[in-house]
Amino acid sequence: MAVVEVKNLTKTYGSRPDRGGRGRAAGSVRAIDGIDLATEEGEYLVLLGPSGCGKTTLLRTVAGLETPTSGDVLIDGHVVTGLPPRARQVAMVFQSYALYPHKSVYGNIVFPLRASRMSRPDRDRRAHWAAGLLEIEHLMARKPRQLSGGERQRVALARALVREPHVFLLDEPLSNLDAKLRATARDELKRFQAEIGTTTIYVTHDQVEAMGLGDRIAVLSHGRVRQVGPPVEVYDHPADTFVATFIGSPPMNLVPRDGVLVGFRPEHLLPAAASEPDALPVRLAVDRVEYLSGDRHVYGTALGVGEQTRVVARLPATVTSPVTAGDEQEFAVSRDRLRFFAASSGARMDRVPL
Amino acid sequence: MSALTPPLPGVAEAARLRRTYAARHVASRVGTYTAAILAAFLCAAPFLWSMVTAFKQNRDLYNPANNPLTFSRPATPDHVTYLFTDTSFLTFAWNTLWVGVLVVAITLLLGLPAAYALARLDRPWAGWFGVAIFLVYLVPPSLLFLSLSRIVVAFGLQDSTWSLVLIYPTITIPVSIWLLIGFLKGVPRDIEEQAMVDGHSRLGAFWRAVVPLAFPGVVAVVVFAFTLTASEFIYALSFVSPTADKVISTGVPTELVRGDVFFWQSLQAATVLVAVPIAIVFNLFLDRFIAGFTQGAVKG
Amino acid sequence: MTTATTGQPATVGRPPTTMDNAAPRQRLADRDSALAWIFLMPSVVYIVALVAVPFVLAIGFALSDVTAGDPSFDWVGTRNFRRAFDDPVFWRSLGNTFVFTAVSMVLIVVLGKVLANILMAKVRGKWVIRFLVLLPWTTPVSLSAIAWLWMLDSIFSPIDWLLREMGLLGSPGALFGPNSNMYWLGEPDLAMASVIAVHVWRLTPLAAVIMMAGLVAIPRDLDEAARVDGAGYWRRMFEITVPLVLPLAAVAALFGAIFTFTDMAVVDVLTNGGPNNATQTLTSWAFFRGIDGGDIGQGAAVALFLFPLLLAAAVAILRAVRRMEVR
Ligand SMILES: Nc1ncnc2c1ncn2[C@@H]1O[C@H](COP(=O)(O)OP(=O)(O)OP(=O)(O)O)[C@@H](O)[C@H]1O
Ligand SMILES: [Mg+2]
Repeated sequence: MAVVEVKNLTKTYGSRPDRGGRGRAAGSVRAIDGIDLATEEGEYLVLLGPSGCGKTTLLRTVAGLETPTSGDVLIDGHVVTGLPPRARQVAMVFQSYALYPHKSVYGNIVFPLRASRMSRPDRDRRAHWAAGLLEIEHLMARKPRQLSGGERQRVALARALVREPHVFLLDEPLSNLDAKLRATARDELKRFQAEIGTTTIYVTHDQVEAMGLGDRIAVLSHGRVRQVGPPVEVYDHPADTFVATFIGSPPMNLVPRDGVLVGFRPEHLLPAAASEPDALPVRLAVDRVEYLSGDRHVYGTALGVGEQTRVVARLPATVTSPVTAGDEQEFAVSRDRLRFFAASSGARMDRVPL
Repeated sequence: MSALTPPLPGVAEAARLRRTYAARHVASRVGTYTAAILAAFLCAAPFLWSMVTAFKQNRDLYNPANNPLTFSRPATPDHVTYLFTDTSFLTFAWNTLWVGVLVVAITLLLGLPAAYALARLDRPWAGWFGVAIFLVYLVPPSLLFLSLSRIVVAFGLQDSTWSLVLIYPTITIPVSIWLLIGFLKGVPRDIEEQAMVDGHSRLGAFWRAVVPLAFPGVVAVVVFAFTLTASEFIYALSFVSPTADKVISTGVPTELVRGDVFFWQSLQAATVLVAVPIAIVFNLFLDRFIAGFTQGAVKG
Repeated sequence: MTTATTGQPATVGRPPTTMDNAAPRQRLADRDSALAWIFLMPSVVYIVALVAVPFVLAIGFALSDVTAGDPSFDWVGTRNFRRAFDDPVFWRSLGNTFVFTAVSMVLIVVLGKVLANILMAKVRGKWVIRFLVLLPWTTPVSLSAIAWLWMLDSIFSPIDWLLREMGLLGSPGALFGPNSNMYWLGEPDLAMASVIAVHVWRLTPLAAVIMMAGLVAIPRDLDEAARVDGAGYWRRMFEITVPLVLPLAAVAALFGAIFTFTDMAVVDVLTNGGPNNATQTLTSWAFFRGIDGGDIGQGAAVALFLFPLLLAAAVAILRAVRRMEVR
């Protein structure tokens, strides 16, 4: 177990002279733009962000597959910047799993152990321990192409964990799986990490995965960290409008009012009858109602809070008051659920009396 | 952490490692460049030297004491001019070109549909057939040219460049089919199915959707087939003897080697003049050619 | 058969798999198979007419007494073969062919892999390097062989000149002997080595290009995964890269073997089989007997002897490739 820390990290693609003319013509890309981030001991840290925000690049920089343009990577307090992957003792599970297609499952699992020159009996023991943990012992003789997606993922995990690395780096390991398998695999991953307690950095662009798996979530956008915190905090107290709208489905409603954005989650916008008496009243011109597995999503225009804005309300099955499209109805948001952001910068600000 | 994982390097250790790796990186760059230059030199040496030789005077060339790599007497363009004025070099080049173009055209015309049939039309015998076609490639010309020369006579094509147009596709078609199968398998099936849903026949889908997408493969085949054709020696030697109908691979040696007398400078000039354009064209399409081999050609 | 393929819009359908009732499926499947035949037929006819027929004819020659002077066709059974087997030159050629092919093959594959790595490396002026490296393969073999003939000339060889200048040749006690020339093509062993060297020089670029295809096809993340797993350069090379290019290396070897076996231009131009048949191969021997000697039956018999060898090699290599295939 170890702490991984990156200090003031930047990574620019296409600016190095030996990349040849082609990259430069397209201009350089700043994939990581000054990131400071540290995991805690044995923590499950999730990197969450939209496609292209630099998650993979950050992970690869930690692994030593990319050299940062500036800044440092520390593992367990040691600066490892500039050291090749094998001096860092990290394990990585690639999005594609990168199983060696010509080696059997057993051959894949023992590969890192052979690289570290472990004796054959020890290797064998550890390989069977890892395979047992992930319940793939019966697959040991097969080749990767003879495995299902879920089995491949477990082989990749087994290959990562036999070595007892300092850190696990997982790059969207679930994205190749179908929805059902993904749910069980997510469950397994979490259970498994709790069992062995190795610090893990997990990359995803799926917020459900992030909320479910992470001890903490780091939300990234355009190569910067927008917010780091436990899932509840990131959800309930988003640091800015980007986080507020990126997390949550449907996303947080933002209503402009006097240079301030008033934010509230759809599930907190309830019919007045179902709200507390001192809640902020919102008049809602309802356009459309959708029924989604018991919940009702109500789409409409909020009147009277600030400027007229389209908002969404999510009514749980327990709220039974009738809502019909075309009507104007009284809704309300409990005042302690309101969040405020500066309209200019998007940053969170103190409560404004309404 | 368990005893299994060695500790991470300390500060001094890390600095030392970093220096080692930096040095190794520099060494590997230097090594790469050295190797690249050495390889290029080894491959091109005869040609580089040909370029010097081509402009040498006889008295310079035929003196073993003279440095063969530089001019000991003033350079002369005479031997290069000789190639154009006193031999049929241009005729040979022209013959090679049009034979090559026609052979490539025949190869594509026959090979592309055949490759498509084997790659896509899901016939049970396709795999077996593919191997059979490849095996044809194994029949050595040295075995066939005796009987082929009789067939050429039967067609009335003896001593005509057309005999080469007729025979060369037997060399190029099998390889081309083999290469094209790989490319065609790389074209997603949906695209052609989309074209069929959009109202084209199978044939129309092949022509309008598949062929344009397999175009890199077609280019690769063109280049490869042309190189094979330009290089062929045995058939060209056996079927065609009049000078005006010869191609480069046979014409240049026979015109510039008279008995035991070699017109060395002119020969060297001819070699360079032929080698460079073909290599440039091949190089232009090298990446596509490479892609052709990858896209499942071996994966059958 | 032809009308079925002309694709009237009215009968245009979806691919057979998406059809749901039996009758049109049958018709469409028929159409596909008809199309398959129409597409294949021209190639098949062409190859049967110009490869299979002459091949059978060659077998006929081998079993007859046809000569250049007397083209009449008389059955002589296996006499041509027996005569060939009685001729020591035949056995010498056979031995040479094996040495020639085996040594060239190993060198071509190994050097091809090295060259492929060089061509893949990130260097400035890559285009020029690739161009120079491709020259040996793209030059018509008869011309490049003549260029080498001059390089290896018994008197004017620039290689000899360089060796003399470096003091390795032509002075008493020099590494390569006191003679002023090496006689590259005059000494039996040296002649064989020269022929092999020129052949390897010519075919290595092709092998490199084929193997580059194999290298390009290896997903980058495999190499990266191996790096994260702690593997160093050589372990990655021998445990990841080499096993994964092996199928294409085998194909390169197959191409090389075919060219080596069937191409006699290098031998013909450089040594004409000499000195004293030291570089005679089956192919060149067949050519000399059949064309230069006019004994067509004998030439065909020797050339025919090649085919089973080639076939066995090809089948072995193709099977190995299939077994090695990983995806
Ligand atoms: N090798 C490269 N050369 C140039 N630009 C690159 C390279 N790799 C990534 N980039 C760019 O860097 C940015 C970040 O890429 P990265 O792969 O880290 O995104 P990501 O957050 O992992 O996205 P995704 O969720 O889609 O995987 C992107 O704009 C990408 O185009
Ligand atoms: Mg990514």
